[in-house]
Amino acid sequence: MTTAKRMLQGTTLMQATESDPAARYQRREDRTMLLLMTPALLVIVVLLVVPLAWLSWQSIYHDGFTLENYRRMFTGAYLETFLLTFKLSIVVTVITLLLGYPVAYFAASLPPKLSALVLGMVILPFWTSVLVRTYAWLVLLQRTGLVNKALIASGLVDRPVQLAYNQFGTVIAMVHILLPFMVLPLYSAMQKIPSNLSQAGASLGGSPLHVFLRVFLPLSLSGVFAGVTLVFVLCLGFYITPELMGGGKSIMVSMVVSRNVEIYNSWGAASAVSVVLLICVFAIFYAASRVVPLEKTLGAK
Amino acid sequence: MNKLPFGRIVLGASVVLILLFLMVPVLIVVPLSFSDTRFMTFPPPAYSLRWYHSFFDNPAWIDAARTTLTASICAALIATPLGVAAAYAIQNGTHWIMRYLRTLLMLPLMVPIIIVAVGVFFVYSQAGYVNTLGGLILADTMLGLPYVLISVGADLRTFDRTQEMVARSLGMNRFRSFMTVTLPQIKASVISGAVFVFIQALDETVVALFVSGGSNQTLTRRMFVTLRDEIDPTIAAISTMLTALTLCLVMIVVVSRRSGAARA
Repeated sequence: MTTAKRMLQGTTLMQATESDPAARYQRREDRTMLLLMTPALLVIVVLLVVPLAWLSWQSIYHDGFTLENYRRMFTGAYLETFLLTFKLSIVVTVITLLLGYPVAYFAASLPPKLSALVLGMVILPFWTSVLVRTYAWLVLLQRTGLVNKALIASGLVDRPVQLAYNQFGTVIAMVHILLPFMVLPLYSAMQKIPSNLSQAGASLGGSPLHVFLRVFLPLSLSGVFAGVTLVFVLCLGFYITPELMGGGKSIMVSMVVSRNVEIYNSWGAASAVSVVLLICVFAIFYAASRVVPLEKTLGAK
Repeated sequence: MNKLPFGRIVLGASVVLILLFLMVPVLIVVPLSFSDTRFMTFPPPAYSLRWYHSFFDNPAWIDAARTTLTASICAALIATPLGVAAAYAIQNGTHWIMRYLRTLLMLPLMVPIIIVAVGVFFVYSQAGYVNTLGGLILADTMLGLPYVLISVGADLRTFDRTQEMVARSLGMNRFRSFMTVTLPQIKASVISGAVFVFIQALDETVVALFVSGGSNQTLTRRMFVTLRDEIDPTIAAISTMLTALTLCLVMIVVVSRRSGAARA
């Protein structure tokens, strides 16, 4: 709703007196709608909002107010974990953008039937279980896996290389899982760019590269924004793939949270890490929502 | 433009490679699941149904599959009406608070899943709900709600509300007019919303790791725990069946969308 519209509504509400049947009807209508939403809201509040509030409280309160949990975050292992998580997230996001942009660009420039085929090939893995795809990469990248065999057969290496259970494997599998989240928003932005704009640029004497950089690229930026936000945020909290693929050496934030709860039963530490991660995620979503509506970013999911 | 410029060929070739990168890992699991050996070599030296037997003959796997299917079906059945009601309310409500409540309902998509899992685990451990089927269903319902909201919400935005008002002005009550006038026209998006909830529940692993266990362990949880120890080929068989099931469900969505579009 735009601000102007809301202001308009505010004034109509002010003008409305108790006897105004239209205003009364509107109020009753709003109450009914709120009632309709209640069951869904209840589920979210009980299972998500309450625990989040409790986690935040836990992180600063333990037999009295304390910032100990947060102080610990800026030292040694915790800080390293956050830095590693951000580093991996940036690497994965950049790779998915570099791979996703050409696919979306190509799909958008094809006739509808063919572009549906390309998109279908992006969407099929998208709907396959994350666990299944991580498993597939474990099989492909293991010492006796297909990739190692191909590398040996081609003579590039003479003995199997360690590909799985390290950061390399984690990045490959994460890129594979998150690539559709990049391609889909990119495609939906590019599809709306009229093709005659690029033709107009070309007819005015622009070289293909010049036309692309000055006309197409700026118009596709909203898609880039949505895709980058989505992939980056999903990376920050990714758990399954780093846990199975990482070989226990590179600890990501999500793994610290899980270990603190599952193994050490240390809620204070887990909650402080969660709160910091949550603040990062919300800050990114908030910043992104200033440029691209939240609805569009989450729509791809 | 009838000649193919060089740049276009390079672009096409790299796109084909990227698409292969996307498709191969998903497809490679299928032949491997029919392999005769423990070692996941490709191509398999001989084919057999050995790993499917190893799944169907093991009561632990069957129990896990039953838990997952029950939880997913129940979650879809609960989340869909709740989500449709909420989407309808958002569409028709005019109060400023609606916008914020809407964001609140989208929270499960925004909060990292590991934090959701820890939070749900906390609530359930207070309420004694850990390792229960009911708890699992409720968690899957919560995670599925945003999908119904997005799918149905988008459809309701383009729906002509006056049709429902006509029905009401002719004497139908609100619920009946929604069921007979509005619902049949947004059927496709309701079905796809329900299917998304089901697929999401089928795939859900992280929350299940924390809150499902004992006799109510989900399939994905068991797969995850097994994978932590070894690359068991049984998982290739399960993966193949899961992918086939998901594919069938996505087909339902595509067909229902298409028939919906044909009528409009």
